[in-house]
Formats: sequence, structure tokens, C-alpha cells
Amino acid sequence: MDEILTYAQAAPAETVSYATADGLLSSVWLLVAIPLLSAAVLLLLGRRADRWGHWLGVAAVGAAFVLGLTYFLGLRGLENKSVQLSLWDFIAVGGLHVDFGLLFDPLAGVFVLLITGVGFLIHLYAVEYMAHDPGRRRFFAYFNLFVAAMLLLVLGNNYVMLYFGWEGVGLASYLLISFWNTRPAAATAGKKAFLMNRVGDAGLAIAIFIMFATLGTTQYDEVFNGVGALAGGTVLVLGLLLLLGAAGKSGQFPLQAWLPDAMEGPTPVSALIHAATMVTAGVYLIARSNIIFSANTTLQLVVVSVGALTLLMGAIIGCAKDDIKRVLAWSTVSQIGYMFLGVGLGGAAYALAIVHLLAHGFFKANMFLGAGSVMHGMKDQVDIRRFGGLSKYMKITWLTFAAGWVAIIGIIPFSGYFSKEPIVEAAFAREGWTAWLFGGAAVLGAGLTAFYMTRLFVLTFHGPKRWTTDIEHPHESPPLMTIPLILLAVGSLGGGALLATSVPDWLTATAGLAATEEHHTVLPHLAIFFLAQGVTVLGAVLGWYLFRNGTAIEPQPAGVVVTAARKNLYSDTVNEAVFEKPGIFLTRALVYLDNRGIDGLVNGLAAGVGGGSGRLRRLQTGFVRSYATSILTGALLVVAAFLAVQAGWLA
Amino acid sequence: MNEFELPPIDYAALAPILIMMGAAVVGVLVEAFVPRRLRHPIQLPLALLAVLAALTMVVLNLDKRLITIGVIAIDGPTLFLQGAILVLSAVALLLIGERAIERGGAFVAQAAITADSPDDRRQAERAGGAGEVYPLVTFAVGGMLVFVSANDLLTMFIALEVFSLPLYLLCALARRRRLLSQEAAMKYFLLGAYASAFFLFGLALIYGFTGGLGDRPAGVDFATIHSAVANSTQSPVLLFAGMALVSIGLLFKAAAAPFHVWTPDVYQGAPTPVTGFMAACTKVAAFGALLRVFHVAFEGARWDFTPVLGVVAVLTMLIGAVFAVTQTDIKRLLAYSSIANAGYLLVGVLAPGRDGLSGTMFYLVAYGFAVLAAFAVVTLVRDADGEATHLSRWAGLGRRSPLYASVFTFILLAFAGIPLTSGFTSKFAVFAPALDGGQAWLVIAGVLTSMVLAFPYLRVVVMMWLSEPGDATPTVTVPGGLTSAALVIGVIATLVLGVAPAPLLDLANGAADFVR
Repeated sequence: MDEILTYAQAAPAETVSYATADGLLSSVWLLVAIPLLSAAVLLLLGRRADRWGHWLGVAAVGAAFVLGLTYFLGLRGLENKSVQLSLWDFIAVGGLHVDFGLLFDPLAGVFVLLITGVGFLIHLYAVEYMAHDPGRRRFFAYFNLFVAAMLLLVLGNNYVMLYFGWEGVGLASYLLISFWNTRPAAATAGKKAFLMNRVGDAGLAIAIFIMFATLGTTQYDEVFNGVGALAGGTVLVLGLLLLLGAAGKSGQFPLQAWLPDAMEGPTPVSALIHAATMVTAGVYLIARSNIIFSANTTLQLVVVSVGALTLLMGAIIGCAKDDIKRVLAWSTVSQIGYMFLGVGLGGAAYALAIVHLLAHGFFKANMFLGAGSVMHGMKDQVDIRRFGGLSKYMKITWLTFAAGWVAIIGIIPFSGYFSKEPIVEAAFAREGWTAWLFGGAAVLGAGLTAFYMTRLFVLTFHGPKRWTTDIEHPHESPPLMTIPLILLAVGSLGGGALLATSVPDWLTATAGLAATEEHHTVLPHLAIFFLAQGVTVLGAVLGWYLFRNGTAIEPQPAGVVVTAARKNLYSDTVNEAVFEKPGIFLTRALVYLDNRGIDGLVNGLAAGVGGGSGRLRRLQTGFVRSYATSILTGALLVVAAFLAVQAGWLA
Repeated sequence: MNEFELPPIDYAALAPILIMMGAAVVGVLVEAFVPRRLRHPIQLPLALLAVLAALTMVVLNLDKRLITIGVIAIDGPTLFLQGAILVLSAVALLLIGERAIERGGAFVAQAAITADSPDDRRQAERAGGAGEVYPLVTFAVGGMLVFVSANDLLTMFIALEVFSLPLYLLCALARRRRLLSQEAAMKYFLLGAYASAFFLFGLALIYGFTGGLGDRPAGVDFATIHSAVANSTQSPVLLFAGMALVSIGLLFKAAAAPFHVWTPDVYQGAPTPVTGFMAACTKVAAFGALLRVFHVAFEGARWDFTPVLGVVAVLTMLIGAVFAVTQTDIKRLLAYSSIANAGYLLVGVLAPGRDGLSGTMFYLVAYGFAVLAAFAVVTLVRDADGEATHLSRWAGLGRRSPLYASVFTFILLAFAGIPLTSGFTSKFAVFAPALDGGQAWLVIAGVLTSMVLAFPYLRVVVMMWLSEPGDATPTVTVPGGLTSAALVIGVIATLVLGVAPAPLLDLANGAADFVR
């Protein structure tokens, strides 16, 4: 009873190889090309496309979904269910060889279906949601651009291609977060997302360079076959850098702060990019690189720790937030923490994490769109303290949100149960005390999730009305918005069971996710089931009990924990102190030196001039003599350095 | 009877240099004897034809590899770099020759006449602007061709002066903002002369060092220096001090820190087409010489100069990237970006072997096209007082003229090293061999600074697209055919080198053999 079947990584001796795409699958590049073309048309035609542009955007993603489904079914007949298509030699010089190629295997396939399927519904929803925005065409262009970049990310057959997509989705996300750039908060949030992502991107870029230096290739198959021969330290560094990249994109500790701020963008953006797809790119990266991560147990421990820490952080902060989208955002951070926990556990849990990712894509997109529908009816109010009693006015939104709610908290038999429960179990299947540590964190996280989601649900749809005075009769959203909601709700309710039974089998054909082995959990299977369900029910009941009568509409004095949670557990403060302040100081110091310092050394008169005055005036401070002095100083230093080298001082 | 036999000279191999110098001399004669009105229509085709003819000769010379003709070495890198200089200078000439954007062009004939005065307008209308700029450019190009093919330090020094002097003059020729322009030229001249002195002093020390070879006479040709590095009995202090001083002279031209101080002022003050010419062609020439000096003459001391120049490279990247963040003038911003790019190029110079060499050459070409296109856009954004270079004026440009804003965005993305642009492939081409050569610290510094550098670029992008155009936002002038051609060439090259860089990389790799 206390044994569960797991899939472990392939034995190192087994080599990874992909068949060449032919027939129908040789046109897999269309998946990327169609949305990209649509984005180009929308951007280039300008205002001329304003009237029909959004439908083109929707149609492009719909077409990509149909194609993706066809290709997916086309994989069934193939032996190892993986094909790659080499379009052209991107870089081929000397020992360097980078292929501009695509790989379509079960892992990429399920991502394609998620991106285009959920993406299609969200596009449809956005047609109505953005109807009154003058920039709707531009919005759909960016949206299509995002879909194209995301598909490129998951379809590439080497790390450089992945990096292209990675940068592309980053750019699209930046453009979409600051879409309403007239709001200062949106512009700031866009910048924050951009900068924090750069930190992660730098990690990924350096990791790719290390692959080149040590393995001489970035093709997935060649890298995976070569990892076994690398030194342990190299694999560890490589994995940590990949993890840094993944953490940046997926909003995981320590780079989690940008994701909740990114909610300043339009709600469909939050649903598609910052809940369902882009933020899960980190999970994809780790699942794709599972052979690297499985090759080093320290690495797996780090990934598991990041996942466990983030899932708890996200859940705790989620309990204290009052902005409906921020609660959902922190919930996303927390749920991706579960996925990282899953991929870090290795073996079968890779597939489990992907299942959770897909299920999460459905129910979180559903809830975000539901939140958008609520905001639509409530004049863009986002504060859950000013909602209440909406179940009578927005029946469809209420019911579909309820579907998302029961799905995310993981009550049997809804989808969260099927996707999250196995991860909890897998956490308990580790060896020694870490099983208790990570299993306990996962269970505690489940309880907290139940609590904050119930709080959100009850405060929004039940209890007394606490609306602002300008709202009299909230209206339900039009059909174009509710139909996607209903479809996503159906997916949220039933998807889990379907996914949990079919997807792991599918994924066995993906490189590294093949063989099976058995693991023992430290608790009996049944005990874990009752523990997790009990904690979940407890959290939900507590949430319902505390907030059934609404809440105060002003912030209340609170204890240490709640205050800390309201302030995002001080992560922003830490970021500011560690990165922002020294950076600003350094820049200012250098500018000061440029404008005044060097001149000041030469001539005290010049010190008073300079600064931020006009161009002409500033140019006057650039005295040739000070330039000559700095050249002379540099020359002396260079000569001295050469002589020091010659004398062997630097050796 | 003393039969004096002239050494056989391969004139075909020297033809590109001879053609450019000859065209420059003809250009001077045209300025002297042809009526004013006809000068511009004659000078521009003359200069372009000369460049094309020289380029044809370079292509015909492709099979002539590894020969030295006295002080000139014709080898793979020479031909590649000469070709690069000629192609880029042709594009720059298109910008320089543009007369449609502004009557009379961007250049002044007589510095004493104030801009927009009746005299100035009359001159612009009747004379078609100043024609001196063409012989100056052709002289400079000729000097650069010699510079990258010089086979000894003395020829290199003379070539340095030959192409520097016209450049100083070109900087002073701006028709608008004339005081800025003249100030820039003065600064460039003083500091350039100063740097030349360092080079010359280093040359003398190296000559002294080669005196220690027992079996061959002292000299400053690269083969002699190469063997002296290995065998000389002279004090190595001579070698290292000389090497330091020679490299300072070259690093000054390449705009590497701390010898970069002139760059922002000169780039800002010079007429924009000339700035583009300097940013593209002077970079090629300076790095071509650096490659030859460090890969041929001083190769034996590689382990000694790498750490010092590595620090210079890191400092250059850092200064370029950090200062770019706070710039408010687009030309200064591009100047600091050019400084940072000099740092990345130095990484390529320091990467050992032919991969480093070919990567650096590829980078030079890719960067040259992108920077020319960038400055081409700068010439177009203008108001009644000429170019509007202050960044605040660029806010909302995307609404006013989406086409040029898109082009500039694309170029900025290329500078930022976004994939599918030449910026990505060229950084890749220099970083990968550096990593292979064990210079991981340089690559890490390069990747980190390019992250920083992405910020100012994207700030401009955001400003252009996401700000509302204000009253101060200038319109974009419809470019004439020449600027359009330059712009199209620059953008297409940036795209093609980003998507399918393999042919040029192969060409660079095939050319990566120095004659020794």
C-alpha cells in the first residue's frame, strides 16, 4: 500500500536521439510562423487594421491550436514520439554549430496545446475586455507576438533557440505590462519585471556559454548525452545557473518580487502570461533539462528547497493581500513553487509537475479571467474589501470562479486533487528527515492555499455588500467573456483527472522521463491522503468562518506576521538595499567623477560647472586638459602594469 | 656598369590603396579647377566609383594570399578588413553625399559664415554645399587601407597620421552647431596628436629592443619584432614599455578606456554622417591594426599582455555601459555604446587563435552596418534648427513616424544583442572563442555589462513608443534616395547577419591567416 510507482530518469548509458520530421510534422514551423505573421500584419498595417485586427489575432491562435492538435495526434504513430526539424544552420563556424531547429515531442506537445488552447480562450475574452481601449489592435499584436515567442521557446531543439524564445516572451511581457504606460505604476512594474528578468537571463546566458565551452554544443540531444562525462562541479554550476534563469522567469525565490507587480497590465495579460504560460517557462526549462538536474543530488536539493520556500512564501503573502489580482498573483508564485518542488524531486515527479502545470494553467486562467469579469462589472475596483455579495449579480462569474476555487484548493474529486496530491506524496517519498521537511511544507502550503483562496472567494462573492458608493447594480459580463470562463471552468473541474491519467504516460517518451522504479513514502499512502485533505478542509472552513460576515474596509492593526506578509515578507526592502541602492550610488558616483571630479583635480574652477545643465554648457566642462590628464594617467597605469607583468609581480 | 634593378612590385595587390589615394588627389584638383556648381555632382560619383573600383580590386586579389610587398602585407585579414572598410565607407559616403534632407548638406564651406545667414543660404543654394569633404574622406579611407595592411610599425604610424588628419578636419565641418563641431575637432586633434606621440615613443623603444638580435639587423617590421620577442638579448623593459606605448596609441583610436575621453565630445560635435563614418570605419581600421600588432608582432608575449589588456577591456565595457545609462543626448549615447563595443571587440582581440581573429572581424563588419544605420536615423530626426539630438525630443516618435521609429528600435535591439540581429551573433562570435581560450572572466564581464547596456537602449525604445508625442517632438524628414539606400543597406545587413551569419563567418574564418 505504501508504495507508489514512479518514473525515474533514463540510465546514463541510454542515448538520447530524435527522429527527423517528415510528412505532416515537417510543417511544424507553422506553429510559430502563424502568430508571428499575424503580429507583423497588425503592427505594420497600423490603424487600417483597427476594425478587424483583433479577430485576426484570435484566428491566428485558433489556427495554431488546430495545427498543434493535428501534430500532437500525428505523434502517436511514431516510435519514440519525438521528431526534430532542422530549418537552417544558424551559426556554423569552426567548432561552433547552432541549428535553427525545432523539436516536437510529448513535452513540447502538451505545452503547445496549453499555450494555444488556453491562449485562444483568453484571446477571445480579450476581444470584449479590451473593446473600449483605443490600443486594442496593438494589444493583440503584442499578444500574438507573445504566443509566437512562447511557442518558439518550447519548440526549439537547442538551448540557443530556447534563449530566443526566452528573450522574446520577456520583451512581449514587458510591452504588455507597461501597456497602460500612462499609469506610472504600470511603467514602474514593467521596468521592475524587465530588470529582475535580466538577472535570470544572465544566468541562462552564462549556462549556455558553459555548455559551449565544456560540451561544444547546445543541441538538446548532444548536451544530454554529454552530461554524464562532465565533472560534478561543472554540472552543479550549470544547473544552478539554469535554475537562476528559471527562477527569474517563474517568479521563484529570490527573484519573485516582479510577478505580483506585473499585475498592473491588462487582466487577460495576467491570465495568459503571468498565470498560465510564460511564468511556467522555468518549469519547462527544468523539466527539459531533467537529465542535467538528475545528474547531481545537491542540485535537486536546491531546486526542492527553492520550490518549498517559495510555495510557503507565496501562500503566506497571499493571505494578507487585499487586491484581488495580487492575491491570485501570489497564489501563482506559490503554485509554481509546487511545480518546482515537483521537478526538484526528480523521477516521476517531473511528470507530476507538468500535470500540475497544465491543470494550473486552466484553473488560474479561469480565476484571473473571473477577476477581470468582476472588475469589469465593478468599475475596475480591485480591492476585495470593497466587494461582497456579488454571487447574486454575477451568476456565471460566481459559478465559474467557484469551479476554480475548488480546483486550486485540491478537494477530491476536482482537478487540483489529482495534480497536487501526487506531488505531496512524492515529497514524502524522499529519504530521511527531508521527507518530513518537504512533505510538511507541501501539506502546510495546501492548508494556507485553502485559507486564502476561500477568503478571496467569500469576500468577493458572499457576505454583506461593501461597494463603493458609485456602484449601484453590478452587471454580468457579455457572452464573449463568459463563454471562455465556462469552458475554462469545465477544464478546471474535470481536467485534473483526465490529465493525471493520460499525461504521465505520454511524457514517458520525452528524453529522460522513461524508466520506472519504486519509492517508499515515510507515511502510508492513505495517511497522506487524509492529512492533506484534512488540512485543506480545515483551511477552507477557517477562511469561511472568519470572513463569512465580510471584513473591515480599512487596513486593521496587525501582528508581526501579517504586517510582514503585507509587505511581501520584506523582499522588496531587501532588493532595494542590496541591489538598487548600491547601483544608484555607483552610477551617481561615476557621473560625479565624470562631470566634476576629474576637472576638479585639474582646475578647481571647473568643479562648479557641469551637472545637468544644457548640452552646450556641459560640453564646456569637457576641457581638453582634463582629458589629456586622464589619458596620461591611464598611460602611466598601462605602462606600469606591463612592467609589473614583466617583473613578475602579477604572476 | 651598375645595373640597378628595381624590385618587382605587384601593383595589382596595391591597387586598392593606389586607387583611393589617386581619387583623393583628383578630388583636390576638382575642387581647385571645376566651377562650384558642378563640384558636388562630380565629387560624389568620383568618390563612390573609386571605392567601388578599389573594392573590385580587393575581390580580384582574393587569391593573392600571404605576400608582403616591402612595408605592405597582403594577407587574409588585410583583404577582409580592406573590403570591410570599403563597403562601410561606401555606405558612409551615401550619408555624406545626401543633399535632399537639408539644402546644401550637412557641411559648411566657409566657417566664417554663420549658419542660416543669407550668405550661408546663398552658398548652400548656389554651390551645393562644400565639396572638400569628399577628398578628405577618400584620403582617410586610403590611409585606413594602408593602416590595416602595414607590415611594420613605422608604416603603421604614417598611415595613422594619413587617415587621422582628414578626420580632424571632417569633424570641424558641421554646418549647424558650428562651435560644437570646431571644438570637437580641436579636441580630437590635440588628443590625437598626443596619442600619436605615445605610439611613436613606443616604436622607438621597440626598435631598441630588436637591436638585440645577433643575426639580423634591428627593425620595426613585424617579422623582426616577432623573432625579437623570442630571442632578443636586450632588456625586456624595452619590449614591455614599448608594447604598452604602442598599444596606447592604438587603443586611443579604438576608443578604449581610459583613452576614450575624446569620444563623446567628438561624436556629438562632428557632423552626423562623419560620426557614422568614424564609428564604422575608424573602428575597423583601429582594430585591424590591433589584431595585427598583437597576433603577429607581439604574439610571443601573449601571456604577458593578455591580463593588462583584459583589464582595459573590462574597464572599457564598464565605463561605456554605465555612462550610457545617464546620457540625455542620442549621439553621446551612441558614443558610449561605441566605447562599450570597443570593449567587446577587445575581448575578441584577446581570444587566441583564428576563431578570435575571425570573430573580431565579423563583429567589426556587423557593428559597422548597425551603427551607420543608427546615425542615418539620427540625421533624419530634425526640426527647424537641424537635428534634434536631445533624447527628450525623441519621446513619442513612434506615433509620429512609426517606420523610422521601428527601424531605430530594430537597430537598438541589435546593439542590445537580442537574438536574430547581428548584435547577438557578433557578440557570440567574440565571446565563444574567448571562453574557449580560457578568458571566462572577460566573457562574464561582457555578458554582465551588455545586460546593463540593454537598459539605456530600451529606455529609448520605450520613450519612442510609449510616450505621447509632445509639442517638442520633431517630425522625421523624408530622407533622400542616398540616405534611404544607406538605411536599407544597414538594416538588411543587420538582419541578415543576425539570421544567417554563416557565409560571412565562413569568409572571416577563411581569411584568418596573417602573413608572418
